[in-house]
Amino acid sequence: MSDHAFTISADSRIRDPYRLNRAGGHGTGSATGHGQGGPASKFVTVAYGFWIFLLSDIIMFSAFFAAYAVLAKATAGGPTGKDLFEPARVAVQTGVLLTSSFTGGLATLASHRRSMAATQFWLLITGLLGAAFLFLEVQEFATMIGEQAGPSRSAFLSAFFALVGCHGTHVALGLLWLGTMMAQLWVKGFRPDILRRLHCFGLFWHALDIIWVAIFTLVYLLGASP
Amino acid sequence: MTEVGNESGTSETPDRRDSAPGEERITEHEMAGGLSGYLLGFGLAILLTIASFLAAQTNLIYQPAVISALVVLAVAQMGVHLVFFLHLTTGPDNTNNVLALAFGVLIVALVVLGSVWIMAHLDQNMAAMTAHQAGAMP
Repeated sequence: MSDHAFTISADSRIRDPYRLNRAGGHGTGSATGHGQGGPASKFVTVAYGFWIFLLSDIIMFSAFFAAYAVLAKATAGGPTGKDLFEPARVAVQTGVLLTSSFTGGLATLASHRRSMAATQFWLLITGLLGAAFLFLEVQEFATMIGEQAGPSRSAFLSAFFALVGCHGTHVALGLLWLGTMMAQLWVKGFRPDILRRLHCFGLFWHALDIIWVAIFTLVYLLGASP
Repeated sequence: MTEVGNESGTSETPDRRDSAPGEERITEHEMAGGLSGYLLGFGLAILLTIASFLAAQTNLIYQPAVISALVVLAVAQMGVHLVFFLHLTTGPDNTNNVLALAFGVLIVALVVLGSVWIMAHLDQNMAAMTAHQAGAMP
């Protein structure tokens, strides 16, 4: 807090650790994580904001998980998880979604190499695997509703359809986003704003896989185990 | 329009003080980075998934311990995803991301454990009604 702060010169502009936009790579300070770095780059702030959204989304899912955990035994004399769940289908769904998370990572790596063909190819594979996952889930829901085990049958089934259906809705919206990103990347190329959106999509897709880990463990495996 | 020129300037030069969540650059010279990182994470996640299915569907594990085993395996797999796919590290450039995650985990634990705890108590404290009592309800 000395007098040099009041002296405006070209020199002090460079030394000021709090000046706007100093994260542009010209800063000299090395402080990290202590609030002294000045405004972060747009890439960091955009991704961090999206990280906060993902965490709040996971908190919303935790409410659905809590409802399911409370109502899992409230079958009202209807079918239980052990009667309804098919472990083979869940295993395939898990493998498909995990692989799509992996190929999404490969698309990110390809975008870092600025390879349009490889990025589009891996994004397409990611989308196809996501669509396969969604197909298996819709098929499972249709089978259950056909067996008079729809969401209105019991509190257990209401909670099940709400939780798993919410995840499925996220996957469907993710596929829509993926298609949009493929088109934007194709038309606009590797622009900084497109790369930021692609990065956020990658975060979203990996987060959906983390939520699926909780679903297949707590809902399907625990529900179908003796 | 000036913004476009500005942002292309900032994102070309990486920020060394803060890392975005999931940024590839921060782990590119480590085991969790690049193609090898994704392959390693993918392999570990497959192994943990197979272990979960085996634990639930066979008698390899003492039955009353299956729930604990499944929870441990699921938490381990989420950790693998966070480290190898989302590139979360304990480095100083990642403090903000890790703290936000820690706060999220706290809220998730409060919501889930709190709901289960309270609802179990309510369930226990409300005696089951007979059919006659239920018919007499207003």
